[in-house]
Amino acid sequence: MFFKFYISYRFFGMIVVKYRKHVFGRGILKKEFFRGIGHGVPIFLGYLSVSFGFGILAIRSGLSTFEAVLISMTNLTSAGQVAGVGIIASLGGLAEMALTQFIINLRYALMGISLSQKLDESFTLRHRFLASFGITDEIFAVAISNEKPILPIYMYGIISISFIGWTLGTLLGALAGSLLPVIVTDAMGLLLYGMFIAIIIPPSKKEKGVFMAVALAAAFSVVFRYLLSFVSGGFAIIISAIASSVVCAVLFPIDEKEEKAI
Amino acid sequence: MTIFLYILTMALVTYLIRMLPMTLFRKKIDSRFIKSVLYYIPYSVLSAMTFPSVFYSTGDVPSAVVGTVVALILAFFKMPMIVVALSASATALLYTLIF
Repeated sequence: MFFKFYISYRFFGMIVVKYRKHVFGRGILKKEFFRGIGHGVPIFLGYLSVSFGFGILAIRSGLSTFEAVLISMTNLTSAGQVAGVGIIASLGGLAEMALTQFIINLRYALMGISLSQKLDESFTLRHRFLASFGITDEIFAVAISNEKPILPIYMYGIISISFIGWTLGTLLGALAGSLLPVIVTDAMGLLLYGMFIAIIIPPSKKEKGVFMAVALAAAFSVVFRYLLSFVSGGFAIIISAIASSVVCAVLFPIDEKEEKAI
Repeated sequence: MTIFLYILTMALVTYLIRMLPMTLFRKKIDSRFIKSVLYYIPYSVLSAMTFPSVFYSTGDVPSAVVGTVVALILAFFKMPMIVVALSASATALLYTLIF
């Protein structure tokens, strides 16, 4: 099997298979792909519901179904997209958009660095360009928990099923937002925020630092909304988030020994 | 047309943040302070986005507040995300129907 795989690629001379310690035959690649899909199933279900909430929110903010789905397909991130839709709705500037995305998604850079320490040798530059698109909190958390080096095909497995969940949920949410009666979609405006609350409250109970970060950020954001309303939405979010995170980083620095899934 | 410019900006910035550290600069971040800030960022971003916007999310402040309180209580008892979200929405809907 391995031999055949090797020969066929050598024969066509299309792909150089690096022979170091091992080579991966088709059977292994297929297995790894489906292992990734399997690991991605819980993410798929989670994304389906979160992005449904995003789809509703996007429609309520005046976007079309196509635009909502396009945002999900090209961004694959919840917080950044919600902030982005807010900026689009309030006709903010492109610089505000860029800076907001930069700050909100900066954590992905750290995840990319930490992930690249665990990548297999076969993870060439080309694969890095492609797979890095799929770094999200959940995909990172699942991938990094693997014992052995990560193969590109495994990443594509997790990413593809997660991507489908994210896109499909957005489509369904946007359609629901456009078709259901207003009284129902009004109430559904709470869906996404309800999920955000479900994400931030349980760790706030467990960790003082997270509680402080959540409480301070909410307080800053409220101050911006009611007292400093000349600051636009995107900037209000990033200033609130950075200020509270810096305060918490000083007061409650994370324990470096236990490798936290950032 | 402008909307696609917004989407392009979002997508480009987000992709570059993800791609560059995995391809070009693969330097490890050693600063405990920076790691800590980045650890807290997702929580504070979500919190800053939720409050006070959540109170306007249904287009009617009282129903949104009631729904938010339900979400906070259920989240406090670690109910699954989907349960928290659906209960909050259902509460807001019931509130609107009743009052």
